[in-house]
Amino acid sequence: MGLLSDPNRRKALTGLLTRLNTPICIVCYLAGIVWFMGLAFEPFTLRTYMSENAMGSTMVEERFSSGERALSLAKEFDAHKRKAGGMPVEWLVKAMQSRGLEVFTQSFSRKLPFPDENKERYMVRGTNVYGILRAPRAPRTEALVITAPCSPGNTNNQAVALLLALAQYFRNQIYWAKDIIFLVNEHDLIGTQAWLEGYHHTNITGMEYSPLQGRAGSIQAALSLELSSDVITSLDLVLEGLNGQLPNLDLANLFYAFCQKLGVLCTIQGKLQRNDWDTAEGYTHAAQTMMLMVLKQACGRSWGDHGLFLRYHIEAASVRGINSFRHYKTDATTIGRLLEGMVRKLNNLLERLHQSYFFYLLPSLSRFVSIGYYMPAFGLLAVILLLRALDLWVHLGAPALAAVDGVTEAEQPSSPGVLTVLTPVVISHLTGVALYLLPVHLQEMAVEHFPVSETEAVVLTAIAIYTAGLALPHNTQRALYAVVMVLLSPAFTILYCVFIYQELIEAPVSVSEGWMLFLSVISQGILDHALYGSLVYPLLALFIYPCWLMFWNILFWN
Amino acid sequence: DSDPVGFDSLDLNERRGRSTDAELDRRDGTRTSEALTPAAAARDEFQEELVIRPLHSGDIYASFQFRTLWDTDFLQEGQKVSHYRLFPKSLGQVLSKFSVRELHISFTQGFWRTMQWGQPFIPSPPGAELWVWFHDTVSDVDGNWKELTNVLSGIFCASLNFIDLTNTVQPSASFKPLGLGNATDHRFLRYATLPREIVCTENLTPWKKLLPCGSKAGLAVLLKSEKLFHSSFHSQAVHIRPVCQDEQCTSKAWELRQTLNVVFDLYTAGQGKKEWSLFKMFSRTLTEACPLATSSKVYVDITDNPELFELSPATPLLSQAVVLGDRRTYSVYDLSRAETFGQLRSLNLLLRWKGDGEMLRPLLHAERYVAGFGLQTGEIHTVIYNNHPYRAFPVLLMDSVPWYLQLYIHTLTVTSKSRDNKPSYIHYQPAKDRHRPHLLEMLIQLPPHSMTEVTVQFERALLKWTEYTPDPNHGFYVGSSVVSALVPSMVAMNTNFTQDQPLFSSFVPVKEESSYFVRVYTEPLLVNLPTPDFSMPYNVICLTCTVVAVGYGSFYNLLTRTFQVDEPSLPLAKRLANLIRRIRGVPLLT
Repeated sequence: MGLLSDPNRRKALTGLLTRLNTPICIVCYLAGIVWFMGLAFEPFTLRTYMSENAMGSTMVEERFSSGERALSLAKEFDAHKRKAGGMPVEWLVKAMQSRGLEVFTQSFSRKLPFPDENKERYMVRGTNVYGILRAPRAPRTEALVITAPCSPGNTNNQAVALLLALAQYFRNQIYWAKDIIFLVNEHDLIGTQAWLEGYHHTNITGMEYSPLQGRAGSIQAALSLELSSDVITSLDLVLEGLNGQLPNLDLANLFYAFCQKLGVLCTIQGKLQRNDWDTAEGYTHAAQTMMLMVLKQACGRSWGDHGLFLRYHIEAASVRGINSFRHYKTDATTIGRLLEGMVRKLNNLLERLHQSYFFYLLPSLSRFVSIGYYMPAFGLLAVILLLRALDLWVHLGAPALAAVDGVTEAEQPSSPGVLTVLTPVVISHLTGVALYLLPVHLQEMAVEHFPVSETEAVVLTAIAIYTAGLALPHNTQRALYAVVMVLLSPAFTILYCVFIYQELIEAPVSVSEGWMLFLSVISQGILDHALYGSLVYPLLALFIYPCWLMFWNILFWN
Repeated sequence: DSDPVGFDSLDLNERRGRSTDAELDRRDGTRTSEALTPAAAARDEFQEELVIRPLHSGDIYASFQFRTLWDTDFLQEGQKVSHYRLFPKSLGQVLSKFSVRELHISFTQGFWRTMQWGQPFIPSPPGAELWVWFHDTVSDVDGNWKELTNVLSGIFCASLNFIDLTNTVQPSASFKPLGLGNATDHRFLRYATLPREIVCTENLTPWKKLLPCGSKAGLAVLLKSEKLFHSSFHSQAVHIRPVCQDEQCTSKAWELRQTLNVVFDLYTAGQGKKEWSLFKMFSRTLTEACPLATSSKVYVDITDNPELFELSPATPLLSQAVVLGDRRTYSVYDLSRAETFGQLRSLNLLLRWKGDGEMLRPLLHAERYVAGFGLQTGEIHTVIYNNHPYRAFPVLLMDSVPWYLQLYIHTLTVTSKSRDNKPSYIHYQPAKDRHRPHLLEMLIQLPPHSMTEVTVQFERALLKWTEYTPDPNHGFYVGSSVVSALVPSMVAMNTNFTQDQPLFSSFVPVKEESSYFVRVYTEPLLVNLPTPDFSMPYNVICLTCTVVAVGYGSFYNLLTRTFQVDEPSLPLAKRLANLIRRIRGVPLLT
């Protein structure tokens, strides 16, 4: 700081900063991007390792053997599901009771703010069934959760059946130290949300549910299982939860360790691991995987049933079976063993998972980028703001310095008062508030006056308010800037993200499909906010959009 | 207000024990033990019994009770007792040294599942529980209590030395003396639980050593730890209290009751076959009674026989008793009789299930959980169920919460049937940080067939960094809350029960059978407190020190210093000239 206390050097430094401001910013920007993309390069990342001692050193022997029985159970479940036209509650209750679990049910109902056209639901009524395996000689203070969603149609029958088969096998073992809750939830995330809110006796999303009768203390970890075919080629691990929260990295390590042990192909973001990191394809593959994780976290929704557990400080992950009709096949017994091993190790935990990282990016399952490695890239991007601000500050201060020299200039052109600035600021933020509130509240009026459905009404209202915000100032002088501004606006960013995401999951879409996806993304975002408390929609509407709108205003400043 | 419900010294097990003994003693011809005990010690007595109750869930409940009576005048001041026959010397010395009037200690591993198993004979909370009544002559109760816990910790190989003032309370109404005497001054009562205490073989061995026959003979041969700890529930206890020797209470005696309750799990032990035998449960059979015992019996609850299960070998001895408000029938196997053991000279009871029965819902049960999420606040919910179809009854709820959960007592609500339920008695003692826990006792009237919910919010305290346990992320335990109640008896409820008793006896329910005393413990809670990342301090210290040293120092310097251009100092000659000019009074040079 001696550098700054000397006035001459200080002057030189500020001079340097103002003169070279733009080049420095560009260098920082490029360095940030390069740093970030470099994180996907394998030699720059760390190998994952198990931090938790309780799970690392004690290998368990898996003995689960009733995979075949689980598959026949899946057929039975399917038949009952068809007969009941939904969740076969009574059958499930009986099935769990006969396996020696304490069984409870929870009914819930939720009226969505507007119809969800992707899943075709509006008034949702359902029942969760859960059975608790009481650990012998344990005082009901800790629990693990295994969930399987009961989905409509043909999907997930195998998951529910495997859950029951595991319950039967687990019930006969003596080594449990934590109670194990087997949860079959209806209406995927809504059911999970209702169950979690019931379990913790909270109500944060306006769900109506019947209170839970049986509990098992504080839940330490949860696994969600999604399985729709008898044999699978690979298991996909899903970590991204609500608002981009991630479970402890040890949970991913645990999954990876057991996949290695049992010889199961495992993927993350649906991408297999490659060994050729030194080729261009290998690097692109890792970069794609990492970017997918970034995108999924950024969109703030829960990518599986596990995502809602994270809010309650419960480490959770989803395990999804994928059948892509390749040669390599894994049967239900092996998946059962994998889950058995994971649950047994979680059962060994003495403390909550806390040893490993909570903030990380995964270019592959065996490599991770910790927060300490990716934050410098973010810091390099953020320092640009600081540099620009410094530049402006110096420029503002310069005339004042000149005045000291005694050159009494005429009155400086009076700077616009606070009030003139206030008007655009208030207007911008009010537009943001309107964008946040009006679409959902005005849907009925919109449906009355226009030939659209409720969902379309909400999405189109949102877009209308959004574009109405742009129409505020009128000045056609700077058309080029205006075009650039529009292309950088939040809505366009979402649109780009949709295309990038489709490109990354190797399912590119045409422009019109992309536009349809964009519309459904908006409705999903609003729904996620209303149903589970995802923060992306309010963040965009109340913060980013008004800020951008102010830029837009400045652009057309007279 | 000290005894709002009148719970004192109600112990139905005691009564049952007496009535069945009286009934069976008539047939009790041969008594082998008398020859072995010296004539002078005739008034010291030892009884052992085992009750086996098949549970509707297919599990089986075995309850051992060993009762030693010590005929000594304990109330006399200054009397040194140095002669011990059947009573363990280690405990006798403790009683006299610390002026203990009554002592109850239990070690439990597991949680009693009231909804599946019904009421236990002797309830106990998970972990260790200790409550002691001291004589009212004791001046320094806290000192005695501290020493006593340390001594007991040694005797039972348990961590009772972790009991200190921060987890000790003095309940005003929930724990009344069970023995003689009518002490009501709760200044002489101390109650503490250690919910985290783990019970294992090392606690069982010293407990067995207190028995007159050790584990060499009698029922205690069944107590093999490899089987006892292969179970769903295990609880062992020691209860010491003064009792009367005879009906007129002319002489008094110490009673030492050692109990051990264990529930064996059908699934983990039975491989799905609903069949139990003594050998399968304990991997031993019975061959003899303890020679020192005046009575040694095995009871099997056959109330649901023959619909539910069959029992072999059959016994002609039956006994009826009202236990926990329900009329039960027991098959009795008297181990002091040679014919009990049959040809093989060993008794191996065999129970075989035949069908499933429906269990009567327990009239009272309670559960507890923490609501909310996040690490700042939370809410403790205690839910008490009254399953009686038409009778309301009061319960006494006692909650002892450690100081690091700061209760917001103004948020205390009691609701039944979604209406506010005003407790008729509340005793609340707020916690003092690091000194004593919260104590909350309430007398709540439970409406019939209802669910009563007691909620109170709390804030999690920030501990000092040395106060965390070595495994802080495991969480911190809050002991079970205790619900004590006089529950209307099922016998009294069943006015249609006229099959096997005369009509004249069943119109007005008998007074002492109309209600019975139960104590129900809820599950303990595991609460996470805000925990620093203990692996980080080194990094954090380094970083903060650097930031403070480099950043703060120089920024402070920059912000507070005013900069001005230095006046160049005058050469020496000019300064001398100025000095002269000042003396002369002419303008100075610059």
